[in-house]
Amino acid sequence: MASTEIIHAHAAPQGFIRKYIFSLDHKVIGLQYYFLALIAVFVGMGLSLLMRIHLIWPNANLPIFGAIKPETYLMFLTMHGTIMVFFVLTTAPQGGFGNYFLPIQIGAPDMAFPTLNMLSFWTTFVAFVVLVAAFFVGAPLHGWTGYAPLSAVPSAGPGEGLGADLWITSIAIFCAASLMGALNFITTVLDMRAKGMTMMRMPLTCWAWFITAILGLLAFGVLLAAGILLLMDRNLGTSFFVPGGLNFTGQTSFPTGGFSSSTDLIKHNGGSPLLWQHLFWFFGHPEVYIAILPGMGVASQLLSTFSRKPIFGYRAMVYAMLGIGILGFVVWGHHMFMSGMSPYTAFAFSIMTMAIGVPSAIKTFNWLGTLYQGRVRFHTPMLFAIGFVSLFVSGGLSGPFLAQPVLDIPLHDTYFVVGHFHLIMGVAAIFGIFAATYYWFPKMFGRMMSEGLGRWHFFLTLLGTYAIFMPMHYLGLAGQTRRYSEFTQVAYQTKLIPLQTFITYAAIVTISAQFIFLFNLFWSMAKGKKATDNPWEATTLEWTTATPPPHDNFGGRTPVVSHGPYEYSVPGAPRDFVMQNDPATTPAH
Amino acid sequence: MGLALLALIWLITFVSTYFFVAKTWWFPVGASASAAWIDHQFAVTFILMGIVFVAAQGALGLFVWQYRDRGATQPVHYSHGNAKLEIIWTVLTAVLFIGLNLMGSRVWATERFDPPEVGAVPVEATGLQFAWYFRYPGPDGKYGRTKAELEDASAGGESAVGLDPSDAASKDDIVSGTMYIPVNREVDLALRAQDVIHSLFIPSMRFKQDAVPGLIIHMHFKPIQTGDYEIACAELCGLGHYKMHGMLKVVSQEEFDKWLASKEAEKQ
Repeated sequence: MASTEIIHAHAAPQGFIRKYIFSLDHKVIGLQYYFLALIAVFVGMGLSLLMRIHLIWPNANLPIFGAIKPETYLMFLTMHGTIMVFFVLTTAPQGGFGNYFLPIQIGAPDMAFPTLNMLSFWTTFVAFVVLVAAFFVGAPLHGWTGYAPLSAVPSAGPGEGLGADLWITSIAIFCAASLMGALNFITTVLDMRAKGMTMMRMPLTCWAWFITAILGLLAFGVLLAAGILLLMDRNLGTSFFVPGGLNFTGQTSFPTGGFSSSTDLIKHNGGSPLLWQHLFWFFGHPEVYIAILPGMGVASQLLSTFSRKPIFGYRAMVYAMLGIGILGFVVWGHHMFMSGMSPYTAFAFSIMTMAIGVPSAIKTFNWLGTLYQGRVRFHTPMLFAIGFVSLFVSGGLSGPFLAQPVLDIPLHDTYFVVGHFHLIMGVAAIFGIFAATYYWFPKMFGRMMSEGLGRWHFFLTLLGTYAIFMPMHYLGLAGQTRRYSEFTQVAYQTKLIPLQTFITYAAIVTISAQFIFLFNLFWSMAKGKKATDNPWEATTLEWTTATPPPHDNFGGRTPVVSHGPYEYSVPGAPRDFVMQNDPATTPAH
Repeated sequence: MGLALLALIWLITFVSTYFFVAKTWWFPVGASASAAWIDHQFAVTFILMGIVFVAAQGALGLFVWQYRDRGATQPVHYSHGNAKLEIIWTVLTAVLFIGLNLMGSRVWATERFDPPEVGAVPVEATGLQFAWYFRYPGPDGKYGRTKAELEDASAGGESAVGLDPSDAASKDDIVSGTMYIPVNREVDLALRAQDVIHSLFIPSMRFKQDAVPGLIIHMHFKPIQTGDYEIACAELCGLGHYKMHGMLKVVSQEEFDKWLASKEAEKQ
């Protein structure tokens, strides 16, 4: 619990560089993370557009890019996944909004370790630069999961040389940055809460960021270790992931580095390709929740605020998130049912995976319970929160198919999986980011975003993403394998090209609609309607301070909290919302 | 706005469900002994998840419209939730998910825990960038030795899998780019990969298994319908992943014997 002696450790900086570049202010750092993610998401989206075009017109001669070769497609695919997972879905919800709003929502003047905070952002930035550098030397083609030996042997394909080294290095740097951030978030929540801000009075967003940070602390360390081992396999002749006797004579069409002589074996012995998968997914599955938990927090916050009703089952929501966090560490093997792992362990992983559906279902019930008998206001942030719930349901319900090893036999590595994870950890998480952007924009920039443009953006994006990702489930049932650069070579797959074509058109429309958002964002920063301190009539502490908040967040004042986070429509209260720092005498729970 | 949302969410729900129910795009007809069980388990899961999907999306659309803000006079039910309801839906979901899981586990166990039947046809499948090769041990019933340093993909056939001719057991081994299997007999499959991970995917057999370098993975399945079935690679294996396909020909026992004999004759 914070004591009153805590003072803002650093004075407001004056120079441009200290203020906006190497800033210690969590709000500036939050925005830096956000804009890094914004650049990353447009790069990642551009890559997906190129991929969608190539899938349908594999021989098209595109401006700038020319004809995309199969290996180039796989490079785009690798970079799309890596950029989106690490630099968008991990960066924006946690590094961006978490950094900006966690301290304010718990009534703290800053994060616990401002210098570490700055360091973690700039380390993330370096990781991004290193990843982008891979583009210029030929990015790897092994996908974002980087399965060994494909990722471990430079002669396994184009881009598996220096490009793969840069890719792994980037991820390792990103892990280090995330570990710093995670430590900071955890300490801040435990030590920096204002008087009266008990754990069970924290907004669910703070709970989500807190649990996400714990997941990050436990997961990124493992990926960091795995990445270092992979780099050693590649460059120092160790054999963690590469077994003996590999022979790459199959790469005859690959002129630069393929082993031409059949006696030229890869010099390794005793490594295990499955070890990489275990280590990767030990990180990889919690990562899914790292991406989605902050979105769950935002959806909870917004559904309550805009339904003018307390969140249904606050405690259940907290326990559900904790349950998801814990179970999230014992389900990784469901990515490996077809990997050659013991079929007996599949049993255990399958049961655990089904179990993790339970807290996810509780959250959905509680969101619906929050809307029920509320008074729903349709501001743009709320539209995206509702969209989040819809996408979470759609993406979540394909989970119990994939969690059953026996159904994974036909579905694993097909478009069914692509549709599943894009809906839930891609689009639902992105809807969380959109909802958070529209919701907190007034606080961050002092102006409102355009509601009209926001609505267009919402309706086109919701419809568009469903049009892209729902048909992928059908493709998966029909056996369409993922990570194919074209569908011209396998007869039954060519029959599915018309549906793939539809998806490409839907992607073009949906991607175009994102420019409405981009325009709205920048136009509103300059020309948006001036925002009041609490435009949504919300209850949490960020709405009690100035817009935008001063350097120390509360202008020298230390908030004292007397109420829970979601006291809306309290009978007998003067307004339909009771703010967390309203006097204790205000009637509320 | 509430009505627009309701319409959109219900429309998405209807269209999504329609194409599942209409089976416009669906699994190929199952042609193996386990296909019926797998398809049954899929159908049960699909019906249950479909009900939850329609109910949840339906309620979401309905609630946002029904409880839209109609001005300050609209009553709001001040409530922090309901512990009894939480317990009910936690238990219901747990029973649903775990029950579904146990059901499916039985099928998985017969698929993967039991050894192949006595008299199963031994076949070895080898994945390499970017082709599948299938090896039959010949009359001696023994696979000959293979050596990594002898592998030469560009030469194809026996050289591609690195068959060592100095081993006596190699003399009668048959290596084919097409997989021949007699109908109604189980296949005792040994999966190998010699460079990166590949995955042998035969949609009509409801069969998929990764082939991992350094491991020999034993699997079995039983085709129950003659015909030609396509094989694809399901694990990203490099630039030619998309064209790493093969063919499974399920034929009568006589045809299979004839084919094997002709391959043996070719070899002598």
